[in-house]
Amino acid sequence: MARSITTKRKTINTAFAWAVGLLIFFPILWTILTSFKTEADAIAFPPKFLFFDWTLENYAVVQERSDYMRFLWNSIIIAGGSTLLGIIIAIPAAWSMAFVPSRRTKDILMWMLSTKMLPAVGVLYPMYLIFIKLGWLDTRIGLVIVLMLINLPIIIWMLYTYFKEIPGEILEAARMDGASLKSEILYVLTPMAVPGIASTILLNVILAWNEAFWTLNLTAANAAPLTAFIASYSSPEGLFYAKLSAASTMAIAPILIMGWFSQKQLVRGLTFGAVK
Amino acid sequence: MATKASRTAARIMMAPAVILLLGWMLVPLIMTLWFSFRNYLPLRGGDLGFAGFDNYVRFVTSSAFWPAVMATMIIVVGTLVITVVLGVLLALLLDQPMWGQGIVRILVIAPFFVMPTVSGLVWKNMFLDSVNGLFAHIARFIGATPVEWMIEAPFFSIILIVSWQWLPFATLILLTAIQSLDSEQLEAAEIDGAPKIKRFWYIIVPHLGRAITVVILIQTIFLLSIFAEIYVTTAGAFGSKTLTYLIFQRVLESQNVGLGSAGGVYAIILANIVAIFLMRIVGKNLDS
Repeated sequence: MARSITTKRKTINTAFAWAVGLLIFFPILWTILTSFKTEADAIAFPPKFLFFDWTLENYAVVQERSDYMRFLWNSIIIAGGSTLLGIIIAIPAAWSMAFVPSRRTKDILMWMLSTKMLPAVGVLYPMYLIFIKLGWLDTRIGLVIVLMLINLPIIIWMLYTYFKEIPGEILEAARMDGASLKSEILYVLTPMAVPGIASTILLNVILAWNEAFWTLNLTAANAAPLTAFIASYSSPEGLFYAKLSAASTMAIAPILIMGWFSQKQLVRGLTFGAVK
Repeated sequence: MATKASRTAARIMMAPAVILLLGWMLVPLIMTLWFSFRNYLPLRGGDLGFAGFDNYVRFVTSSAFWPAVMATMIIVVGTLVITVVLGVLLALLLDQPMWGQGIVRILVIAPFFVMPTVSGLVWKNMFLDSVNGLFAHIARFIGATPVEWMIEAPFFSIILIVSWQWLPFATLILLTAIQSLDSEQLEAAEIDGAPKIKRFWYIIVPHLGRAITVVILIQTIFLLSIFAEIYVTTAGAFGSKTLTYLIFQRVLESQNVGLGSAGGVYAIILANIVAIFLMRIVGKNLDS
């Protein structure tokens, strides 16, 4: 860029942008701060920002009273399991569409995308019935499969766009050298595809972790992940701000950190390559 | 060149994904269609036979239908307007040179990663509550009467929460689009003496047009089916019952599966109308 920016202008930009950024981030910051307060400090008027008696008590109480670890474990299994299963199914599919395209490849990709548009509530009862029939209601395996299915189109699309960026000449060269299909995938493609696969995994763990339709409707006590755990604070526990905050902070912290690493992939993953 | 052997291999490798998605799409969809034509009340006698189009007629003629359509429209349109307008402004701001750009970006994007049940409850209790919420504190500080936001202004509250969640998404996509803008074009306009407003209106806005369309379409699909934000805040009370929530209540709470399924079919049709436009844009991009 040839334009020179004055220091004054840059200072104004910086101040303004930081103010807006902090305003948007404030609810999260406030939640984190409140989680370290006593219940009395949490509702104090005027509100206390930094000068209060910092305590870890709420975290202990939340874990003790509601067995937070069990919900966390369910979230990890469901988000991790559905992503892993999805990746295993998606890699071969995306690979074949990217490197052995046929006339129908585009139609298949578009059709896969269209399954993502199905509103969940439209098939709520059938899923409920299927889950009862299969004995999947309130089980982790059931949710792993449903979340894998709803995110599979995104996984395939993301992998497809990443695989497309791998130059075909490299594959041809490997083939000329007599590489078999298996060694071509294993030793040539996979190493180049690792960054793409990693960011696909990252984004899908985030999406599955935060999914709050199926996890609320198809679980009760055993398989409930953190989304459902927090929903149990609807009332009247939600009025205990410090405990609500501690529970919320624990539920969002891991994904917030992962999310910051995946901001670039977010655009690619959620726009299906429509914005680059 | 793809050989015949690799074509066969490609088909086999695609099969699991295609079969799974086909099953996922067709099985529940056909069941919903089937139920929508039945008089099906699991707790009051089960399947009471063929109902024709009764469920479809009853769903749209029930007194809850039009308010639900209005509620859905208000929430979707309200959120779209706020996120797109603020998203463009925010993206322009973040594109400016500044210190600590990366950190500001992280702050702005953060709400998108907060799970819907958390953002719903944190906003409802810690900000919008009329006794101890921060908004009530501020109101008392300036001498106004605290408002019970969730009851007196449910749409404002829900739109606020949902916009907070989706503003990062809009901003991030629009920022990506702005950064792909050819800066020479802008410089040429600047040298030619085009004022700032005109440069914004005639160069940046048209360039952003497609990104804005994509934001609107994708958000519409997600916003039409917001659920958890309402589930943990108003639970559909105070006029905030959306179409999605109405169908949920018909199916799981009042266990009128036939009626709920007819509503589900309407929701699927509605989502597909939006989806067709989105798919067209995505499809065009795939060709280039």
